[in-house]
Amino acid sequence: MALPIHATLGERIWHYCFLTICVLIFLFLIFPILIILPLSFNAQPFFSFTAEMLQLQPEAFTTKWYEEFLNSRNWQGAVRNSFIIAFFSTIISTFLGTLAALGLSRPDFPFKTTIMGLLISPMVVPLIISAAGMFFFYSRIGLQGTHVGVILAHAALATPFVVITVTATLTGFDHSLTRAAASLGSSPTHTFFHVTVPLIIPGVISGGLFAFITSFDEVVVVLFVGSYNQRTIPWQMFSGIREQISPTIMAVATILILISVSLLVFLELMRRRTERLRGITPH
Amino acid sequence: MATVQAENEVITTADGVPLKESLKKALWQRKKTALLLVAPLFLFVLITFLIPIFDMLIRSVDNSIAVEQFPNVVVEIRDWELDSTELPDEATFQALIEDFKVGAKEKTISRLGRRLNYEQSGMSGLFRKTARKIKKLETPESATEAMIAIDKDWGDIETWRLIKRESGKYSSSYYLSAFDAQKESDGSISMKPEDQKVYLALFWRTIRLSFTITFLTIILGYPIAYLLSTVKTKTSNMLIILVLLPFWTSLLVRTSSWIALLQKEGVINDILVGIGILGDDNRLAMIHNETGTVIAMTHILLPFMVLPLFSVMKTIPPSWVRAARSMGATPFTAFVRIYLPNTVAGIGAGGILVFILAIGYYITPALVGGTKGTLISNFIAYHISTSLNWGLAAALGTILLLLVLALYILYDKVVGINNMKLG
Repeated sequence: MALPIHATLGERIWHYCFLTICVLIFLFLIFPILIILPLSFNAQPFFSFTAEMLQLQPEAFTTKWYEEFLNSRNWQGAVRNSFIIAFFSTIISTFLGTLAALGLSRPDFPFKTTIMGLLISPMVVPLIISAAGMFFFYSRIGLQGTHVGVILAHAALATPFVVITVTATLTGFDHSLTRAAASLGSSPTHTFFHVTVPLIIPGVISGGLFAFITSFDEVVVVLFVGSYNQRTIPWQMFSGIREQISPTIMAVATILILISVSLLVFLELMRRRTERLRGITPH
Repeated sequence: MATVQAENEVITTADGVPLKESLKKALWQRKKTALLLVAPLFLFVLITFLIPIFDMLIRSVDNSIAVEQFPNVVVEIRDWELDSTELPDEATFQALIEDFKVGAKEKTISRLGRRLNYEQSGMSGLFRKTARKIKKLETPESATEAMIAIDKDWGDIETWRLIKRESGKYSSSYYLSAFDAQKESDGSISMKPEDQKVYLALFWRTIRLSFTITFLTIILGYPIAYLLSTVKTKTSNMLIILVLLPFWTSLLVRTSSWIALLQKEGVINDILVGIGILGDDNRLAMIHNETGTVIAMTHILLPFMVLPLFSVMKTIPPSWVRAARSMGATPFTAFVRIYLPNTVAGIGAGGILVFILAIGYYITPALVGGTKGTLISNFIAYHISTSLNWGLAAALGTILLLLVLALYILYDKVVGINNMKLG
């Protein structure tokens, strides 16, 4: 994007205008996320900066919202539920999704498009419709308002992400490697665990991470399929924002941002590892 | 092993099976393994997801409550015509008393009253009153007179026309409500009076806001996708984090930060007041209205536009525009005639994706939309948890689902579902 030496004045002006516009758009993207960090340390229970904060007086800042988060029973329960639900739904969806991706990526799979379409439909259907359908059906079979119900619902929502990521890993999979293993006398099981698994494991882990995030971040379905006893962090945030909005929410938001940053870093490292293993160097 | 074969001799494997069959068997074996691998997930998605969606479709036309609560009445009323000017016969009224006695005893009859109340207000009250009084009713000489004595509405032919209309196992009335239509007493369909129309305006608002949001994401996404695709890979890897971070941040985090920014006592109003653009008493109302929904959702959906645009723009060689320039095109012509047409696929992919996501959005409009910025999904939620009109919720959900599926077919035509990628 460097400006050529022969650029005219008009081109130069346009170039810098364009860069300014881009900076403004990037600010629009990132500013709402950065703004949360200082607000979560606000000593006043407001969602804005006080004059004292702008003058950087130390007494204008506090960590009491973080303490409130750590000591509140509502939030403690929410954190516990979030991890329990996300953990089990990740296990279920990663296991079933990886198996299915292995089957789907075989060359002669019948009705591939139709079955793939049905399998990724939980990602396609708007969440409110999934939530409505699951609410009606799960209350009919007694799963509404239970942990099992929420876990199954989240696992269903998360499987498409696992199927897509693992299938993507398998498209670049060199099938002659398994044939080579077989020709050297390895049994199919041995080949699977010693050749296939090490190669697809990054895909499985990123699929699992996507599944975990899906469940951890999901709020619409848990609002309908769950109840107070299944409250997750997003559930608690949603009802918190609706009822009495307190800066504790900003503290929780800050923690969630830190979690998503570390996940982003982890996924990037994972992607680089795959590229290195495949012998594709990043350019 | 088979060596050189005579021409019409069947080729066999070592154990004497014809090679063709053996191959077929082996292929079938492989297909079976593939199917077996997919089967567990398929069953899982079927039970936890597809059947619930199907259940919702059924619920949107289901009217079995009439048959359950009025088992005798629905049989007796079969011969009575909608355009009849007389009340149904004595046998129907006897059936009514019979059904009401059972229903009042089991305390389930009021559910049917509530159901009929969606079609005509006052029915719920009529059913409750009748259920209270029916217990004391001894076997009367004339069932017709006894019921009219309990409430004169039972002598009103409109009550019976309603029962007759809604006596089937399936009913289209939820869909009619979802389109602001109603059934007249003679069974014909008409639009509701202006002051009772809700949903057509709501569908229109949902589509209008989704278009606005899609348009804004294109306007904002295009420049930064272009920037990302033209800078050095190292720089673009850094800059794309600015797009991916919001993408990965919890939806509720982003929504609550917009509340902090946009509300009357929020950051933006404070800044505007602080630098003197606004007076302290006329702060901007940017939240709990359409503006709030549009701003917050544009921010939330912008990464879904940038990423597909970026991946398309990356593939356009910069030499194309340079070639156009060298042949005398102005920068503007080169952009409009060369660059823009090559990015249409990306605009299409991102645009449809953002539109689909916007049209079914629930959380953000619920929190920042107030009453004026809510979308169709907020009404589905309202009917599930507050008004308890589940049939109408299911009908609205089905309409929304069909809309989204139609858009996905379009998306498939433009990009192909299989090319769907994740951040």
